[in-house]
Parts: sequence; structure tokens; C-alpha cells
Amino acid sequence: MNNQENKQTGITGWIDKRLPVFTFINHNLRDYPTPKNLNYFWNFGSLAGITLVIMIVTGILLAMQYTANTDIAFDSVERIMRDVNNGWLLRYIHMNGASMFFIIVYIHIFRGLYYGSYKYPREILWMLGVVILLLMMATAFMGYVLPWGQMSFWGATVITNLFSAFPVIGDYIVTFLWGGFSVDNPTLSRFFVLHYLLPFAIVGVVALHLVALHQFGSNNPTGLDVKSSGDTIPFHPYYTVKDYFGLGVFLIIYAALVFFAPNFLGHPDNYIPANPLQTPAHIVPEWYFLPFYAILRAVPDKLTGVLLMFAAVLVLFLLPWLDKHKVRSATFRPFYKQFYWLFFINAIVLGWVGAMPAEGVYVLIARIASVYYFSFFLIIMPLLSRFEKVGELPSSISAAVLSKKFDKDTNESYAK
Amino acid sequence: MKELNTNTKNKPTPVDEEKRDFLFITTAGLAIAGGGAFAWSMIDTMNPSKDVLALSTTEVDLSPLEEGQSLTVMWRGKPIFIRHRSESEISSADNVSVDDLPHKETDESRVKNPKWLVVVGVCSHLGCVPLGQKVGDTKGEYGGWFCPCHGSHYDTSGRIRKGPAPLNLEIPPYEFVSDDIIRIG
Repeated sequence: MNNQENKQTGITGWIDKRLPVFTFINHNLRDYPTPKNLNYFWNFGSLAGITLVIMIVTGILLAMQYTANTDIAFDSVERIMRDVNNGWLLRYIHMNGASMFFIIVYIHIFRGLYYGSYKYPREILWMLGVVILLLMMATAFMGYVLPWGQMSFWGATVITNLFSAFPVIGDYIVTFLWGGFSVDNPTLSRFFVLHYLLPFAIVGVVALHLVALHQFGSNNPTGLDVKSSGDTIPFHPYYTVKDYFGLGVFLIIYAALVFFAPNFLGHPDNYIPANPLQTPAHIVPEWYFLPFYAILRAVPDKLTGVLLMFAAVLVLFLLPWLDKHKVRSATFRPFYKQFYWLFFINAIVLGWVGAMPAEGVYVLIARIASVYYFSFFLIIMPLLSRFEKVGELPSSISAAVLSKKFDKDTNESYAK
Repeated sequence: MKELNTNTKNKPTPVDEEKRDFLFITTAGLAIAGGGAFAWSMIDTMNPSKDVLALSTTEVDLSPLEEGQSLTVMWRGKPIFIRHRSESEISSADNVSVDDLPHKETDESRVKNPKWLVVVGVCSHLGCVPLGQKVGDTKGEYGGWFCPCHGSHYDTSGRIRKGPAPLNLEIPPYEFVSDDIIRIG
């Protein structure tokens, strides 16, 4: 590190010379030059990080009370709810925290999709984000199995059976995942271990995500590169305060869910102990898996359905190479912007049909929506990259900000 | 247009220091109070839960215990030593000059009924369970209990007489529900 930046004296200076933690903090959380035009959609990265910490802290405390054994897992969760001091609060925070984490991360992803945050030079940053999403999905799925209710058990059965779709090796994979011939005690106990382990893997990938982010700094609503120091402001106090305010709003919503509707996003069937002899009448995954579940069910062939469902997530890895349009922000892309919002609505439609019974008109809707889902990435994006014409862009972030500000007063663009 | 721009640059709005202090203190204060309440409610989950607290009393029927016999029962996960003391054991516990003891307690203050001694069977040195409950166990030099871990000797009143332990065996809270039944805890 640069010695000239080490201006602290006394004990902090002594430590910093040997272990530059203070320089590091100063660099990344204080002086860190950040585009001055970030809107509230840029809050969701820090919110996701804070939610991850909340999940890990509450998860560790829950693990101190939980027993991963099919005979007592359900009862041990009920003991947490009834006997452990504030156990109900602990569990509801963790349970709804999973939902909040996915809401935040999905908004974070849609933000990146709108403003082209995955484009050069942030491709690896984006791909690390997709890795985090995959790890989150695995962690959330295994966490949902732990209470060993009906939905836990049958969710585990259905999801692990996805792997049986693969020819020849499918059955061996499933037996291996189960550690037996059905979802049972060995399955529960390994899911618990992995559910505890994977969040720390997420922390590791988040650290890489941040390293990659700070290499080029945040993207911004204009998608323009930072050209001068006039385009940036220091992270502290401007964005610490903005993040802090956003955190307050987020925590109010989160707390409202925890205290007033803790089971709103869950399924009552999961308060029935697991019964390997009786499948619940209507089995659906947690809401954050519904769009992918809809794609799975839209396909009449088992293997194709499974492959398309995995592909729906994995296609995100290819995004930087599917959309090669040189303009990042959808603000300046008249056509992409419309396809983007259609994609957004389409994703919600997929989530909705995923929760509906797999019959009649719902299947048709799911099929149309699935086709658009993949078309958006594989057809529309590459075509727009080639043919979409855009107008003149503002000359810099500052120019864009100022033109917005003064357009109203003067009806004259400052940018051009 | 240009004028407007320079105007805002050259005349920054004056900072209302008092207002800033107020905002800073209320914001930080609320964050600390909220964070503290949250942190405490989370840490509190590690304290004994209701089902653990529900196990904190034990009733023991003393009637099968003959004079000179001992009984060990569990209370809060710890052994409780109950000894039906003989006359000679009571008198040997009584005939000690309290001033000579490391931990000065009379035998009288350690029993509810001199026939029955009820103590927590955990050595006050480092938590081992002393010997002396079973027939054939060594009872130490004072006829009470002997801790094999580091050689502490307890007398027939459960008082430390020799060895590294600093305190007498603890007396648990208990009461006689009837003549023959005690409730510990």
C-alpha cells in the first residue's frame, strides 16, 4: 500500500503501518470515489450484505437450539417457537430474512439488467453475482427442509428427484444425494451441515464480488464511465447516509413482516410433521423459486424441463456476451427499455403461474412466458446489440446530472 | 444559465450546526437503542429456555434411606448428595471448632434436619464429583467425601477440611414437603 496515505499517528498509525486496515477502510468506505448520480436502486447491494449478516447471526443462534434428526427436528423447531427465550422472534427473523434476501437480490439483479452493469469491464463482477445467486438458492432450499414439515419433506423429495431426469446416472445421483433410498435422516443431517456451511461460502464470494466492484467502481444510472473527479463524490458521508436511510426503510418493512405477518410467505402445510406416506394436495416451492418452477412445469418432457429450469439461471452467466450493445444504460436505449419492462412483467407472470395448478390455461401462459424468458436473452439481446440505434449521449455524468437539473428551469439542455 | 450555476457554487447554504447535532444525536441514539434491544433479544435466546427452567425442581422420597446410607439424585444436571447421617457422624460434624475451618460454617447452618445432609456433589475446586457416596468408596480423612481429581477432603457436613478446594460443598435450596419428602430447587 502507499505509504503517503498513512497519515495517522498514535496507535492507529502504528497498527496501520504493519497491517493497513485503516487505510483499507479509508479507501473502500470513506474516500472511495463513487459516481455522484446513484439512485436508490444502488442501495440494494449494501442491503443484501446486511441481510446476509442478519441471516448468519440468526442462523448460528438457531443452530444452537435445532436438532437435525428426523425424530426430533420438527419438535425442536416447535421448542424454539415455544420455550426458547424470544425463539419465535429468532425463527421468524431467519425465515422471513430468506424472503427479504431474495427480494433484495432480485431487485439488485434487475437493477444490473436495466443499467447494463454486467457489461465491460464488469463481466466477472456480474458472474460472481450469479454464483452468489446459485449458492443462495441451494442454501435456501436446504434450509427449508430443516423444520421437517410436510413441505420440507416433499420439497426435498421433488427437488432432489430433478436429478433423476438425467439418463443412466440420474438414479445414482439421487441415491447419493439422499444417502439412502428416500429422503430420510442421512439427507436431513447432510442438508443441515451444508445449510450451515454454504453461507460462509457466500461470504467468500461476496468478498470477491466487492473486490471486483472496487476495481472499476460502481456503474451509475447513465451507464457512462467516470471521466473526472467532478463525476464522483466520496462514499462517506454521501452514500453511507443514503445507505443508512435505505436500511431504515428496509428494516421497517422487514419488521412489519416479522411482527404482523410472519407466515404470510410460508405454507401452513409445513406446520404438519413430515409424513413419507402422504403428499400434500397442493405442493409449491417458496415464492422465490416460482418463476423457475413454472418453467420446469411448462415443459412436457422431464429431462428438457429440468435442463431448461437450470438453464434459466445459468443463462445469466452469458449475459455480458449476449448483450454487446455499447451503451450500458437502458435510459438511452429506446427498444431495449421496452423489452426490459416486458421481461420484468414476464418474470412476475412466471412467478404467478408457478403458484397456480399445472393445468388448463396456466400451462399455456407458462409456455408463452417461458419462451419470452429465453427469447429475451438469446434472441432479443443479440439482435438489439446489432441493430438498436441510440441518440447522442450526455458527455459526462456531471453533464447528465446538470442537464436534468436545469432542463426544468430553462428548457435548454446543458448537456449538449 | 451560467449565472445560476456560479451562484450555487459561490454561495453555499450556511450550515445550521445545531440542527446537524440534533439530527446526528437522535439518529445515533435511536440506532444504538434499537440495535441494543435487538442484540439483547438475540443473545437472550442462549439463556436457559422455559423447558430447561421447568426441570429445576426435583422431589425426593427419603423414606427408603437407612441410617448411614447415601443417595445421589440429579438436579439441574448436577448430582445432589443426600446422606442419612448416623449419630456419630452428626456429633463429629458438630464437635469442630468453626474457627479452624477454611470455610467457616457451623453444621447447624448447613442442615434443616441434622439427620439429613443435602449438598450439591460438585467439588468447589474445579467441578469434579467427589467420592464417598457408594459403599467401598474412600470417604477421605474426615469421613465425608474425597475428591479424586486434586485431593480435597470433605467432612460429614460436606465442609472442606484439607486440599485445594476453597469452599464447602454447596447446599442447594430445598425444603421438607413432608417428613420424608424433600423438594430441591
